[in-house]
Amino acid sequence: MIEAQQLTKRYGEKTAVDCLDFTVKPGTVTGFLGPNGAGKSTTMRMIVGLDAPTSGSVTVNGQRYARHRAPLQEVGALLEAKSIHPGRSAYNHLRALALTHGIPRRRVDEVVELAGLGSVAKKRAGAFSLGMGQRLGIAAALLGDPQTVMLDEPVNGLDSEGVLWIRNLLTSLAGQGRTVFVSSHLMSEVSLVADHLIIVGRGRLLADTTVQDLVRQAGGDAVCVATDDPTRLRDVLAGPGVEITGRVGSEELQVSGMSAREIGLTAAEHGIPLFELTTKAVSLEEAFMDLTRDAVEYHGTTGTETSGSAA
Amino acid sequence: MSTLTATAETARTAPARPVYRVTGRRVLSSEWAKLWSLRSTWITLGLGLLFLVAFGVIAASHYKSSLGSGRHMDRDFATATAASLSLFGTNFAQLALGVLGVLITAGEYSTGMIRSTLAAVPRRLPVLWSKAAVYGLVALVVATVGTFAAFLVGSRIVSGTPAAMGLGHAGVVRSLLGAGLYLGLVGVIGTALGALLRSVAGGISVLVAALMLVPGLVSLLPSSWQGDIDPYLPSHAGESVFALTHDATSLSPGAGLLVFLGWTALTLAAAAYRLLRSDV
Repeated sequence: MIEAQQLTKRYGEKTAVDCLDFTVKPGTVTGFLGPNGAGKSTTMRMIVGLDAPTSGSVTVNGQRYARHRAPLQEVGALLEAKSIHPGRSAYNHLRALALTHGIPRRRVDEVVELAGLGSVAKKRAGAFSLGMGQRLGIAAALLGDPQTVMLDEPVNGLDSEGVLWIRNLLTSLAGQGRTVFVSSHLMSEVSLVADHLIIVGRGRLLADTTVQDLVRQAGGDAVCVATDDPTRLRDVLAGPGVEITGRVGSEELQVSGMSAREIGLTAAEHGIPLFELTTKAVSLEEAFMDLTRDAVEYHGTTGTETSGSAA
Repeated sequence: MSTLTATAETARTAPARPVYRVTGRRVLSSEWAKLWSLRSTWITLGLGLLFLVAFGVIAASHYKSSLGSGRHMDRDFATATAASLSLFGTNFAQLALGVLGVLITAGEYSTGMIRSTLAAVPRRLPVLWSKAAVYGLVALVVATVGTFAAFLVGSRIVSGTPAAMGLGHAGVVRSLLGAGLYLGLVGVIGTALGALLRSVAGGISVLVAALMLVPGLVSLLPSSWQGDIDPYLPSHAGESVFALTHDATSLSPGAGLLVFLGWTALTLAAAAYRLLRSDV
């Protein structure tokens, strides 16, 4: 359980995290989403006490992280930046962390195996590939068998096997009743594992929602239908809870609130020929982009659309 | 059925939550393990030991050969003793041992290791105390072994010359132990500077400046001030800890040790302040 209250971090003039309020609950995977520079990493550093909040507070299992007797048993964190000494072997790195808590050697061996580092554990961590480095970071995060696992952009730089491994790991950790908090700037990645979403932009909370609610909010699933008589089709489909849009003079209509099957049956009943009948799922990516459009820190422009999009 | 599930549940969850706890002793053992798991530790300690013994032996041999040749001896050599000759390497060893001290703390910042360290020990100060204590002790032991080894070899080389001295000679053991203690404290100052400046280059620069450049700069001051400041400089206060003879311009070994301990405490306090106050 992570609770943030009015959490704020300012670096001089710049506000990195702005009055964030959120709760991360146990037993689910909570995605922490936002464009680059939205304040995700800063928030996570504040959770484990590496950065001190300018104002507000954040607690882990009811207490500030630093006040816990065995912090690694409360929160296991993989931070975005490398947090290892490249000259030390993976095993010795984990062993040194374990010693601070009295975590037995057996547990070090366990997490080495769990992260698939068995064959390279005695090698210098500086020689590790990006993926191996991430695995070592995750092994360190799991070392204390923590109640809460917090991972900052865990799939960055991983190959597809590694990505799959992380996904399964996150789901199984949540299945064991742990609090899982995972950040990403990619909706597509998070939506595969997360049930709950906390979306931030420019340090502010934009949405605290679930994946389903976000889809519903964004307009749900719509059906695209084309016919030579859109006016008549409009009339026969009209009803409570059904929303129909379409441009004047176009054969195409967008219908929401009815399934493709229902639309097809109704049209056939009234003898209206259809040329096209397609279900269009609103992509979460689009919903996310809509939400964060104004909050994107660095806009890129392509040469052809220089006007209008510049915010 | 339901009781069966319940027992299975408790059996599964009970051993899954062992009681861990961060204690001062555990942080010490973690820092001990960290120190020895890096190659740079072995190399730099080896260098420090080599400097102590090799320069001591070289100085003693040089003294003996220039004595035999009957050439005019420079002033330093004219008053040399077996102890002063074998401690000739202290100046070089203090660089190696001080630099390793800086690496132990500043190296964690430059690599990012500090984030793992402070996530495990978020109260932070135990990390600084442990690093300083563990490394200070290691540097003390290595340096003391080095000074005694240098003296045993060096005193044999200069036996039969005016500089000849045995371990039993008044003040020799105190001088050798004092040099070991001085070098151990230089190591502690190095760790404190590294933690204070969070940069390997910055830490080493300040260390070298404090130990080697400042005395030169002070000699440019008006001589009336010089006499007041000079003995209290870290390097001069440190020297009086292990010097065999003391004159009016230097502190006594006890006073020198107190002043040098004061400098050590000052840098440690500054490092502790920054560690508690700044984000990492």
